Amino acid sequence: MVDLTDGRGRVRRRAGVRLWLSGLWLGLLVVVALLAPWIAPKDPLAQDLFLGRLPPFWVAGSEPGYWLGTDSLGRDVLSRIMHGARIALLVALIAGTVTGLLGATLGLLAGFLRGWVDVVISRMIDIWMAFPPVLFSILLIAVLGPGLTSIIIAIVVIDWTRFARVIRAEAMAQGAMDYVASSRVAGRGRLGTMVEEILPNVLPTIVVLLTLEMGIAVIVEAILSFVNLSISTDDPTWGGMIAEGRSAIHQSWWVLVFPLATLFLTVLSFSQLGEGLKDRFDPVLR
Amino acid sequence: MPFLQVSNLSLRIIGETPRLLRSVSLSVGAGEVRALVGESGAGKSMIGKAILGILPRAVEVVEGEVWLDGQNLLAMPPMARRRIIGAKAALIPQDPLTALNPSRRIGPQITDRLVHILGWDRARAESRALALLEEVQITDPARVMRAYPHELSGGMRQRILIASAFAAEPKLIVADEPTTALDVTVQKQILRLIKGMQERHGTALLFVTHDLGVVSKVCQSLSVLYAGMVVEDAPVRDFFAAPRHAYSRALLAATPKYTDPEGSLTPVPQTVMDAVRAEVAAADGVWHG
Repeated sequence: MVDLTDGRGRVRRRAGVRLWLSGLWLGLLVVVALLAPWIAPKDPLAQDLFLGRLPPFWVAGSEPGYWLGTDSLGRDVLSRIMHGARIALLVALIAGTVTGLLGATLGLLAGFLRGWVDVVISRMIDIWMAFPPVLFSILLIAVLGPGLTSIIIAIVVIDWTRFARVIRAEAMAQGAMDYVASSRVAGRGRLGTMVEEILPNVLPTIVVLLTLEMGIAVIVEAILSFVNLSISTDDPTWGGMIAEGRSAIHQSWWVLVFPLATLFLTVLSFSQLGEGLKDRFDPVLR
Repeated sequence: MPFLQVSNLSLRIIGETPRLLRSVSLSVGAGEVRALVGESGAGKSMIGKAILGILPRAVEVVEGEVWLDGQNLLAMPPMARRRIIGAKAALIPQDPLTALNPSRRIGPQITDRLVHILGWDRARAESRALALLEEVQITDPARVMRAYPHELSGGMRQRILIASAFAAEPKLIVADEPTTALDVTVQKQILRLIKGMQERHGTALLFVTHDLGVVSKVCQSLSVLYAGMVVEDAPVRDFFAAPRHAYSRALLAATPKYTDPEGSLTPVPQTVMDAVRAEVAAADGVWHG
């Protein structure tokens, strides 16, 4: 008995720590993104060739004020990361949400209504999944032209299947439960049953997927920046910085490592946030 | 015409030839309690589902009629059928653990039907729900109304489902093995509760079960089902005194008895199984031509 409660307590606390740490990092990132023009130590676009390839502050040869060093053109790495957070979070938020709405709606319809609706949506998912996603996104950007809107559209168009597949399966499982039959006997229509009975039960899954998707959106944006297909090359993006840093890895590792670490922490935080939220809000696990 | 009349109802899985129900006919008069017995897979639950319009998607009605209060349900457009069934019939499901939505509070799950079908306002529906929870002997009904299903025990949940079934004063309730998923000690209480509610409210009951002991206590008439075919339809008193069909006799002989624990567990003899299977095959032969 004692063991059981102890074990449970430990699991709960770890979920809490996970939620806290990821929340803290993402919260910090949001604040930085919102306030970047005012709190960034330098102008992220200002070049100064005399200050090129300055190392971060704890390495000999660094200049005060350039905390994380500069790239080959003398631009401040920290300021560029802070400004890059604006684009990363914007993409994560908008692309993640739209992808989630579209994918979850289609998945719910397919899983609950079944029949021809399911056939059409499932076949679409199958076809979609057969495309290599990175090539698909590059192709889409090539057609749509570069820019923030194009990136968001590309992410939505490619990734809705991630939601649709999982939510479809969940909706099917829930649809087989007796409470759905009871609701139907009580005279509720199909769409009413779907929204009021099924949706609340798949909502925790949607939330988890949503946070994962936001992480993925950040990665996709970075990939597209990496291949120079993101927004205009002037605006600093993490992917763009990683691409630039890669070419100078032997002379200035910090130009690659800091944006990479930021990207890594951000994506990790999104997925951990999702897991933590799920532990806290899933009525069955609770 | 009795309150519920099922005539020559045949079901099958879409695209497959053999029937799940083979021209089933049965009736339940107003206030009558009819048992539907048979081994598992005989199609007991399917009949209940067909009556309430909740057949699985893969199952279709091949022929037959379901008359509820003088209206042929199967000939109606779906929305009209929903309204009739919602107002006049209800279900007590088998498994109380999956029959309540885990994400919603108990209160709205009981009042939904009153609000949606009968058009009551929330306050009236809620006071009705409170009275019903009281009637099914739930202590502190106000608290239970606000609770989520996972906070309540299986027995409590089954009581709530019973209250919910009686909420709109239906004339017919289909009880699909309402005690199977419960603890033996709780089973008896729940049975007594259903019987008491049924008598007070004068509701007709179609009681799906495989427990003949329950049948003798609760029901007035019964239909014995084998492989989707009604092999016997009799008043309960006559059935227990002298079952007419050989399969019924064998089924009755297979029921364990307290008075004779050693000798009572007789399996259904092979000759009887062969005979009843031949009967099914003959019926299929006539039907398929």
